[in-house]
Amino acid sequence: MTSLLEQPAAPKETVRPARNWRAGLGLLPFAAYLLVFLGGPLYFVITGALTDSGGRPTFANVLASITEPQYRLAFASSLLLSAVTALIGAVFGVFLAQAVITSRPGSPLRRIVSTASGVLAYFGGVPLAFAFIGALGQTGLATLFLRGVGIDLYAAGFRIDSLTGLGLTYVYFQIPLMVILITPALEGLLPQWREAAENLGASAWSYWRHIALPVLAPALGGATLVLFGNAFAAYATALALTSGSIPLVTTSIASALSGNVLAGQQNVGLALGLDMVVVIGIVMVGYLLLQRRAAKWTSR
Amino acid sequence: MTRGRRWRVVVFVIAAIYFLVPLVAAGEFSLRKPGGGYGFANYLAIATDPVLLNALLVSLEIAVVTAVLVLILVIPTAVWVRLRLPAVAGLLESATILPIVVPPVVMAAGIAFVQANLDAPVFRSLFSSSITALTPFYVVLALPFAYRAIDNGLAAIPLRTLVEAARNLGAGWASALLRVVLPAIRSAVLGSAFLTLALVLGEIVIARILLYTDTFPIAVVDVGRSVAGVSVALTLASLLLTWVLLLAVSFAGGRRTSRTS
Repeated sequence: MTSLLEQPAAPKETVRPARNWRAGLGLLPFAAYLLVFLGGPLYFVITGALTDSGGRPTFANVLASITEPQYRLAFASSLLLSAVTALIGAVFGVFLAQAVITSRPGSPLRRIVSTASGVLAYFGGVPLAFAFIGALGQTGLATLFLRGVGIDLYAAGFRIDSLTGLGLTYVYFQIPLMVILITPALEGLLPQWREAAENLGASAWSYWRHIALPVLAPALGGATLVLFGNAFAAYATALALTSGSIPLVTTSIASALSGNVLAGQQNVGLALGLDMVVVIGIVMVGYLLLQRRAAKWTSR
Repeated sequence: MTRGRRWRVVVFVIAAIYFLVPLVAAGEFSLRKPGGGYGFANYLAIATDPVLLNALLVSLEIAVVTAVLVLILVIPTAVWVRLRLPAVAGLLESATILPIVVPPVVMAAGIAFVQANLDAPVFRSLFSSSITALTPFYVVLALPFAYRAIDNGLAAIPLRTLVEAARNLGAGWASALLRVVLPAIRSAVLGSAFLTLALVLGEIVIARILLYTDTFPIAVVDVGRSVAGVSVALTLASLLLTWVLLLAVSFAGGRRTSRTS
């Protein structure tokens, strides 16, 4: 009897954590799956990068992966390619997303852009590589058309399997990914803000300059970082477009793994993988920090 | 107002040119015949080339198993987070970005290490065929956008009310999920299944590094080294097919919601 009477005082302290802990169990299958099939490969990349071919711990692989000239060149091209295509993709993606949002809801145009964004952003690079070969390859339609009007791309030194050609192809999946990532933030801009600004005499330009862009800045920065990571991680396009002739980090990893010529080369490949994970990790921390600031506006 | 419209038209025209020219060019390229003129010979290769046909079947099998596993993992988790753990929703949302940026080539490097160096029976059976070896990792690659699509679908329905009503009427958790929630979000479910199909039909990095050469995208790239037209034709066909499927789901879902509202 006494225990029944005393109970009401306790629940807040004891039941809540217990219930939260049990609720957390619901996440277990999802978390366990990611731990095994994403964490597992990452674990072997990290341990492999830090040991030599005999299994003894060493930093030699990591040192080789950041000091050897061929790998430094690969990092330089990968970083440049990712930065440029992320910026171009982000700028065009924002304009396209805003154009879609301000069009009539439920219109066919809107459905076409949103479904096409999904397919293009996730199909990966293989169809895109072949589409660009069809358009801008030696005998591609666009190449022939441009030659017809007097612009000979290939005489000017353009090649579809060059860094420029690769960048042009990357933008094709960067823009759709930007549309997907930035649309929620653009939809979070309240119409009242614009109305208030207009009532106070602001032009469209000063509304964007002083209200919309500052509010959007963290979301824009975060999405651009994801685009950067996406391009940095991409390999399928390069593989299909060039069969691996452009020096990228991803290409170097693949050739270090498959090249059984030199002993220990595989571990250098894993060290390059570790370097990539570190770069991506830094990018993701930046993304999470920006995302937290962006959430300040969306939670209201 | 008119100024705003003109600005939109300019954006759409530029986007249409950039996005349509490569597709149209690929279409034209895929219809070229070796001796000149146009025909569907490149598209018919899928029926006449046994290697390609077999690869397509393997990839479709992988796609189906991957999609089912993804949905089994994602739907209960997303429902659970919305009902019981709203505090971690933001965390999960951010976590779903991870597999987009973890390079498949790095994942493949780790898996290749296991494939080459560990010899327990469990690994041997895992790596025995492309279906058992690739499917678990394609699930990881497919999780981020499947989670987003399903979560958006759940946001659009009165989830708590539906589940509580089902539970009050005596339904267990499983039956509430299968018979109440699943039908309500069927367009999101179909959407993520078709995006998984897109991913499986486009993934060449992990398959190439682990040396499973019997999947469709690998076979298509390989055939392209001798006949580029066939590669262009088949990738274009798989891209357009997936897109049409998604578009159909989008229109079907849109009609349903506009009718009920």
